[in-house]
Amino acid sequence: MKISGARMVIEALKKEGVDIIFGYPGGAVLSLYDQLYDSDIRHILTRHEQGAAHAADGYARVTGKPGVVFATSGPGATNLVTGIATAYMDSVPMVLFTGQVATSLIGTDAFQEADITGITYPVTKHNYLVKDVRQLPRVIKEAFHIATTGRFGPVLIDLPKDTQAAEAEFVYPEKVSMVGYNPTYAGHQGQIARAAKLIARAQRPVIYAGGGVVFSGGHEYLLEFAEKTNIPVTTTLMGLTGFPGNHRLSLGMLGMHGTYWANMSMSHADVIIAIGARFDERVTGKVDDFVRDKKIIHIDIDPAEIGKNIRVDIPIVGDARMVLGELLKKAEPLATEAWLSQIEDWKRQGPLCYKQDENGKIAPQYVIEQIYQQTGGNAIITTEVGQHQMWTAQYYRFSRPRSLASSGGLGTMGYGFPASLGAQLGRPDELVFCIAGDGSFLMNSQELATAVAYNIPVKVAIINNGYLGLVRQLQEFFCRRRYIAVDIQSPNFVKLAEAFGAHGLLVEKPGDVAPAIRRAMDINGPVVIDFRVKDDENVFPMVPPSAQISEMIRGAFK
Amino acid sequence: MRKVLAVLVDNTPGVLVRVAGLFARRGFNIESLAVGTTVDKTVSRITVEVDADNEMLEQVIKQLYKLINVLKVSNLSEFPSVHRELCLIKVQANANNRAEIQQILSSFRAHIIDISHQSVIAEVTGSEDKIEAIISLLQVYGIMEIVRTGKISLMRGSKTVRNGETG
Repeated sequence: MKISGARMVIEALKKEGVDIIFGYPGGAVLSLYDQLYDSDIRHILTRHEQGAAHAADGYARVTGKPGVVFATSGPGATNLVTGIATAYMDSVPMVLFTGQVATSLIGTDAFQEADITGITYPVTKHNYLVKDVRQLPRVIKEAFHIATTGRFGPVLIDLPKDTQAAEAEFVYPEKVSMVGYNPTYAGHQGQIARAAKLIARAQRPVIYAGGGVVFSGGHEYLLEFAEKTNIPVTTTLMGLTGFPGNHRLSLGMLGMHGTYWANMSMSHADVIIAIGARFDERVTGKVDDFVRDKKIIHIDIDPAEIGKNIRVDIPIVGDARMVLGELLKKAEPLATEAWLSQIEDWKRQGPLCYKQDENGKIAPQYVIEQIYQQTGGNAIITTEVGQHQMWTAQYYRFSRPRSLASSGGLGTMGYGFPASLGAQLGRPDELVFCIAGDGSFLMNSQELATAVAYNIPVKVAIINNGYLGLVRQLQEFFCRRRYIAVDIQSPNFVKLAEAFGAHGLLVEKPGDVAPAIRRAMDINGPVVIDFRVKDDENVFPMVPPSAQISEMIRGAFK
Repeated sequence: MRKVLAVLVDNTPGVLVRVAGLFARRGFNIESLAVGTTVDKTVSRITVEVDADNEMLEQVIKQLYKLINVLKVSNLSEFPSVHRELCLIKVQANANNRAEIQQILSSFRAHIIDISHQSVIAEVTGSEDKIEAIISLLQVYGIMEIVRTGKISLMRGSKTVRNGETG
């Protein structure tokens, strides 16, 4: 039986097990939405296409399933771009369907026409413009396959109106065959053996774990491997949930705002075992100093990451979980006591600290610590981007994989709140907190309407300091306190929440922080908590741009 | 160092943009580029010359492989290979010096393929050195226009990109 292209999309989504779509309709996706009318797949109407993309991303990060998005042509499609780029930088699996003007009109600057495949080449793992409906089943099959295998990433399918309307036989392929796409999962045995030997001889080893550990489901192997070998573990922002934050071997996050002891450990290590991480410049600081006197083992599923930013002694291309499993078989206990006690010294010398006066203004770090305390470390957290994000990384000790969604690579303000909606829909039984800044939250606060419409009970904690705090901090240190364009006046967030039909809470005293968090947790619906915090608090430690990671500014009490 | 890569790609719309865009985005300089179909009509071959050291070239190749439409990449600079380029040169010429130009061209096994009262078009095929040599010799007559195809290359012997070693 012949069916339309639009119908094929819905049928294919069913085959892929998709039960939720984030989207926004429009003229070029009329038939697609019309087909959705007859389907059981749930559609979440966000209030901006960017919100849909971030929500799908948040959904994907916490469930491991690909996020699916619908948007119309032209502005609908271009509004997705930041969301796509965010997902691409952090290797998040997504499949996005965009409407397009009819093939006969492509290239004529037709109404709501945008070359979205051209625009998204650099920020998608792959994309398609489907002009022939007979190709559509294969394309959708490939898209899901590409998005969810190898190094994950977003794939976009652009569907002209006539492709959606045209009919053809629908046979959904069982398998894909693409000559140009064959990701490597199993690591090279010889390389793994060499790595195991190097690890066995290490005096001051450190495991540096990234998002690949979380995405591959390798967290259990990582824990076992670290415990068996007694090697301490530091993680990137993306890898935070890959290793329990309160474990004796956990060093917390490394890098620009990483812990003092994590950066000192990396700096003094003789062997670094990088797993599913990419030696971002926020992590390495000055590269020449970073690599000096070290051997580096780099495990990554993307061969292009190996040797890209840093010279590597033992490269292993493969899936983090599978390679860890192999390494585990060869793992021997190491005598790292002296090394661990050196790290303990660093921990004592440069602990994470802040001051909370009982009668003073609220310290932002205190809010994060209280969210950690009140949720028992078991909430799913999403963040926006800025100081609050770094404090979350420092003070919320994650205990479960996939319990954090935060824009690491692209650093997208406006990500966290819509992502929290997707996360909550993907894990309906969990408590979801979005930790936000007063600047970031306003970038997609329109999604309060979505939260209320579907009663998505996320708790938004706005760390409100009246500044674009991280930029203010940079201006304080590097622009001689010539503050410009960072002093922001926000709306009354409580009234804003209420205007949308959500709950709003205002917290101005340290003593009210914990009760407000508990109160929010008791409300069955979306809540915005406006925490008025100290306006000039800085994120410490801080590695100045292009400095060595051991040259941290550690800060002092104000 | 200049290196020549042979890149086999799916013969689909947009594939050249993907490849060229990748070079631009990652800051790799393209010295020359030539594209055409292969024996298999579903596959195109892009011959691209890049100026890169070995580390950078490795990164170029890895990044190319990340493109789904890229099937195979070979670094032809690692193998004995033949490289050719076609160049058309329009030179100012008249009845007085036409024969002289013809003589220069013949010694390079190049030809005149168009003649007018004020100009000739020379067709030159060969290595880059040879083409540069001819261009420099013809400069004294006044070169009006030049068009070059970019380098195309094959490995010597029976080895092919499809079956041979990858870069």
